Amino acid sequence: MTPAEFQFVADFIYRAAGLVLTADKAYLIDSRLKPVMRERGIAGFADLIARLKAGTPAIVREVTDALTTNETSFFRDLKPFDLFRQIVLPHLLATRSAQHRFRIWSAACSTGQEPYSLAMLLLEERARLAGWTWEIVATDLCGEALAKAKDGVYSQFEVQRGMPTPLLVRYFEKQGEGWRIKDPVRHGIDFRPFNLLGDPAPLGRFDVVFCRNVLIYFDPPTKAKVLQRIGQQLDGDGFLFLGGAETVIGVTDRFVLEAGQRGLYRPAGSASGATTMPVCRAAVGR
Amino acid sequence: MAMKTCLIVDDSRVVRTVARRIAEALGFVSSEAADGRAALACCVAAMPDAILLDWNMPVMGGLEFLRELRRLPGGDRPKVVFCTTENSMEHIQAALEAGADEYIMKPFDKDIVMSKFNLVGLVEEAT
Repeated sequence: MTPAEFQFVADFIYRAAGLVLTADKAYLIDSRLKPVMRERGIAGFADLIARLKAGTPAIVREVTDALTTNETSFFRDLKPFDLFRQIVLPHLLATRSAQHRFRIWSAACSTGQEPYSLAMLLLEERARLAGWTWEIVATDLCGEALAKAKDGVYSQFEVQRGMPTPLLVRYFEKQGEGWRIKDPVRHGIDFRPFNLLGDPAPLGRFDVVFCRNVLIYFDPPTKAKVLQRIGQQLDGDGFLFLGGAETVIGVTDRFVLEAGQRGLYRPAGSASGATTMPVCRAAVGR
Repeated sequence: MAMKTCLIVDDSRVVRTVARRIAEALGFVSSEAADGRAALACCVAAMPDAILLDWNMPVMGGLEFLRELRRLPGGDRPKVVFCTTENSMEHIQAALEAGADEYIMKPFDKDIVMSKFNLVGLVEEAT
């Protein structure tokens, strides 16, 4: 891809979706658009750009979809995973000791990095979790993303963003140029297709829900409806993680922010102040 | 507080230049060495906070440098991040066993360096 071609695609996606692509993201354009080009029998970037310039609707839509697919990475933002280990997990261990069991829902799991990160975190905590049963239900609307999630094979770029190398060594094996997640991690996760606008009752009840960086794509009434339905499935003493830029303020009074913990919410009326351990900065897996 | 320092060890001047730009964008004062021997001399003179380390280099390779470094007084202090085209599980395990804190497989970009520096506590999350 020439610099001029990169610039064209960057300008195109900025106008189409407000997404800013800087030069160090050239690999992203390459890896995201190659499948579209292969599918459509488009020989090279020059040909693709000619069709974008001509405004071919199907091509414009597919390129926009490919480039705006919600970015995800292992241990995305890191902080929610620290909060999970330092606040949520101790609370679950203290309050679910009768059942010795808890369930987590990774809503809008995309290509699987979030549920796999949670599963690795829980496997790292196996000493504390001896005798406990946990289940992660991971859902996404997009069949293609879900298929990739189930497959559990990631590119070299994908396994490096956010993932501590010791975890890569413990939980992945090399497969050709890619990296495949090992079965013990995969076996803890139930991947299912689900539209967040649908009824989540068939997924069952959950102690923790991760629904990060997806509400931002919805208008306020839809946000309220999705949060209400998540609330129905979440234990009254459970936890909800939203994205760092997301809020419930002005959307619903069903959830309240856990004091001082950005992105961590509890059902309104739950016993607040779960476990007020000091949150010290600690990377996962060390 | 004094700015953190990053030593970039790679026999390719192009890679050093790219890495230097990234390190400086992340707020590090950087210096460069073209092989492990030269890098050891730099560390003896002034121990850096971070080291971005290539594997294959003339005179002294990255793994041998790392083992020597960890034997030096204060040589346990720098966070060492391998940055190499070597991408086999064996190489990664050998690096961790020799005392590497993190491992980057080339090609790399600013996001990956930032993500790894964040994991080892060299930088705070940008958010």
